[in-house]
Amino acid sequence: MATAMFGERVQRLADAKLVRGEGRYIDDIPLEGALHVAFVRSPFARAKILSIDCDAAREMDGVAAVYTCDDLGRLDLEMPLLIPHPSLTEPRTQRPLAKGEVFHVGQTVAMVVAVDRYTAEDAIRMVDVDYEPLEVELDLEAAIKVDAPRVHADVANNVAAQFVQTVGDPDDAFARAEHITKIKVQVDRSTAAPLECRAIAARWDDITGELMVWDGTQAPISVRGGLASILGLDEDKVRVTAPDVGGGFGQKVLLFYPDELLVPFAAMQLGRPVKYIEDRNENFIGSSQERTQIHELELAATKDGEVLGLRDSFLHDTGAFIPYGIAIAQVASTSIAGPYRVPNIWVEFKAVYTPTVLVTPYRGCGRPQACFAIERAMDKLADELGLDRFEVRRRNLIRDEDFPYRRDGLVFADGLPLEHDSGQYGKALDMVLEHIGVDAFAAEQEAARAEGRYIGLGLGFYVEGTGLGPYEGSHIRIHPITGKVYVNTGLTCQGQGHETVFAQITADQLGVAVGDVIVVEGDTGVFDWGVATFASRAAVVSGNAIHKTALKVREQVLEAAANMLEAAKEDIVLEDGKAFVNGVPDMAVTLAEVATASNPLRYAFNEAAKTSTQFAPAFNHDGPALGEGDAPGLEATDYYSPPHATWAYGVHAAIIEVDPGLCSVKFKRYICVHDCGRMINPTLVEGQIMGGVAQGVGGAHYERIEYDEDGNPRNANFMDFLMPYASEVPPVEILHLETPSPLNPLGVKGVGEAGCIPVGQVLVSGVADALKPLGIGPLEHVPLTPDMIFQALGGEKDE
Amino acid sequence: MTRSIRKVLAKESSDPRREISLSVNGEAVTRSVSTRLLLADFLRHELGLTGTHVGCEHGVCGCCTVSIDGATARSCLTLAVQADGAEIRTIEGVAPAPDILHPVQQAFHECHALQCGFCTPGFIMSVVSYFEENENPDLGEDAIRDALSGNLCRCTGYQNIVKAVRRAHELMSGEA
Repeated sequence: MATAMFGERVQRLADAKLVRGEGRYIDDIPLEGALHVAFVRSPFARAKILSIDCDAAREMDGVAAVYTCDDLGRLDLEMPLLIPHPSLTEPRTQRPLAKGEVFHVGQTVAMVVAVDRYTAEDAIRMVDVDYEPLEVELDLEAAIKVDAPRVHADVANNVAAQFVQTVGDPDDAFARAEHITKIKVQVDRSTAAPLECRAIAARWDDITGELMVWDGTQAPISVRGGLASILGLDEDKVRVTAPDVGGGFGQKVLLFYPDELLVPFAAMQLGRPVKYIEDRNENFIGSSQERTQIHELELAATKDGEVLGLRDSFLHDTGAFIPYGIAIAQVASTSIAGPYRVPNIWVEFKAVYTPTVLVTPYRGCGRPQACFAIERAMDKLADELGLDRFEVRRRNLIRDEDFPYRRDGLVFADGLPLEHDSGQYGKALDMVLEHIGVDAFAAEQEAARAEGRYIGLGLGFYVEGTGLGPYEGSHIRIHPITGKVYVNTGLTCQGQGHETVFAQITADQLGVAVGDVIVVEGDTGVFDWGVATFASRAAVVSGNAIHKTALKVREQVLEAAANMLEAAKEDIVLEDGKAFVNGVPDMAVTLAEVATASNPLRYAFNEAAKTSTQFAPAFNHDGPALGEGDAPGLEATDYYSPPHATWAYGVHAAIIEVDPGLCSVKFKRYICVHDCGRMINPTLVEGQIMGGVAQGVGGAHYERIEYDEDGNPRNANFMDFLMPYASEVPPVEILHLETPSPLNPLGVKGVGEAGCIPVGQVLVSGVADALKPLGIGPLEHVPLTPDMIFQALGGEKDE
Repeated sequence: MTRSIRKVLAKESSDPRREISLSVNGEAVTRSVSTRLLLADFLRHELGLTGTHVGCEHGVCGCCTVSIDGATARSCLTLAVQADGAEIRTIEGVAPAPDILHPVQQAFHECHALQCGFCTPGFIMSVVSYFEENENPDLGEDAIRDALSGNLCRCTGYQNIVKAVRRAHELMSGEA
């Protein structure tokens, strides 16, 4: 038996072209005669538009067209509400171009199409828009007051949705409590900041009536469906493909951004290819962001620290629009009990409009906020009861024998009941504490203090519902000429290495080299059943679809090879791209030969084909070449639809040194124990974790989108929005735990978002531990800046 | 949608233009360019060398890193006309042959030092010049991270890029 590829550290197949600079991102695709788009964007957070004068811009050399909402015909609409929910009583979505009013700085007001981006940017400055600014409220807690200025004139209190979910009998739990811990925590807004900004190009073919769209989206099939319905085209005439995409992290799963509709529209109108390559400033003011939530959480506990119940009421900032529904708040609210049993839960949220760029999922999607809230509360509970914070966790963790652990009453973001399917939570906690040397640490901490140095141990436990439905599919074909295996699936890759792990899954069933498996995804012209890349779901949902499909093709190969080799099917072995009789490797046929023989031919275009032509001995001369119900070739299609999300988890711990003078922090060590079920490729899993932790470090300490009180973004660039460089991110020591998911054939769980989830808690709890002897006040807000540490130490707030 | 009459559309802008001559990856190039064209756009859209990426257009992310007369530079902060007479090297000029990777490229692959690959050419250009400028490069953790701190990566967390720098040094020293 050849070595299984599943679980191996296979090097990535996509790298060879990428390290040479031969990737094909959207702006790299040569489009002869392409026109370029730039947008006139609102400089006000809220304003009425009194007039728009485009005449001067339209007359400029090199300008092909200038559009306002009045020029869009059927595209002058409110864009789709993607995920409706009964609690979302006041949904508002954006328009391709503003109509009469604007709702955030950066909103698209007019579109210029010109010969190049330079000319287009000149022209947007010639569009004269007359605004009447309106009052705004940026503060989330003030925004829900009765007399607060409204983002949408007809939405009182700025509340888009309000939702309550309950598990057990929380009132009873609080009545029985021996101790109640109350905490208020806040997480501020950040942004995905993929290195490649969003991009889209479109070409309309007048002759065939076909619209070709290159879109850096995470959801090309959905974009295709939306484009066809909004533009009034047959689905078959619209092809959407996501080529190489330079990172997504959720920002690129939203559809539609204005440009995604308007670029194809302009290409159809103008008869030239059109492209929009978002620049960095536009990415900050026009593409979605996430994170701001304020939680007020209470734990009802016994004196021994057993949590009887939890109440959480939180505000979720959804920006000016809510096209992605309540997904983020729903994920946060259903993840609020973390890894703990907590039999009684009451969780409520309000999704609140603010006059800022819209909020949709960014890697983590509500989980970092929920993790920060419950983990800060657990630390506080331990503190108040005078118990060890790790012991309090241990007493409440879901035990191995509790799985599957269901939280009846909570509906997760997939619309299905919430059930933690498998795990070894207690073991994970023990592993991380042992690895970091928790017993020796107390002495180190003491010794450091004696030298005037302050080190602390931070720890955060997270859970992550991954692999959400509804489904993904796969099509596999063995090519008769080369014997290479072609695998298609509908979702997309933004650098995760799908092509490699999907090839590993396929190679195991078909006995071919990983390099002979060619994965094509994210192209509706190739495979157009499926959903999108989000919620750490590709390995789980597409991975299992591919596995199931490969099993089907394997059966076909075994059957055909058994016929060719005149052997029993059970005796056929697939290895090295060949089928042979077990123990007799000389009796072999290549997969190309099997594929060719499975396809009755008339023409002998190569040596192998001769065996399959109509006068060849092996040809069926007694009747139809293909039996009733048979299909030519070796190929199959299958789908995987998960019963519900599968729950990954992990614990991160760090040793953090704080300089109380400078209020600066440094990670001395960072350790991650995680469990994403069976790992397809540990190297790629580690890559996901390390990248997630880096993003988490950004969100924990550096990255905050800042608005002034008028709603102007103050740091919409990479100079002022502090994304960590190599010099700010610690090396991560990773320990793997593998508890298979019982929910899917491969036993896998998702890992894409995991790394970023607990980092805020790790940093903050570490700083609190380090500065405890200095009497530091509560730290309940991330990103934790030096100024916040300064204030917690009693320093005056610098206004 | 009703079809409108096609307008006559310009093919290029009316910007003032100037002829420039330079060497790109060892090849002599003479082109007439708009005087405000960025070097990055010139390389990408005039010459078709699209491996040089543009990630921020304000000199922070490092995706557009190239070498100008042997010095590491941001091609998004340089005008094409400023490169008149210069020797430019881009990511496309790093590998010694079409089927052979430069040791730095090889190391990035071996160490899983890239994910989406958008920042990768810029990193590779920076690392190649780190080795070219330092005969005995400091391979300590802090020194490597300092050398990498002109480039942003949003995918990898940098750890495997640090590893790739050490691996590249091994490959170049024949310790493979």
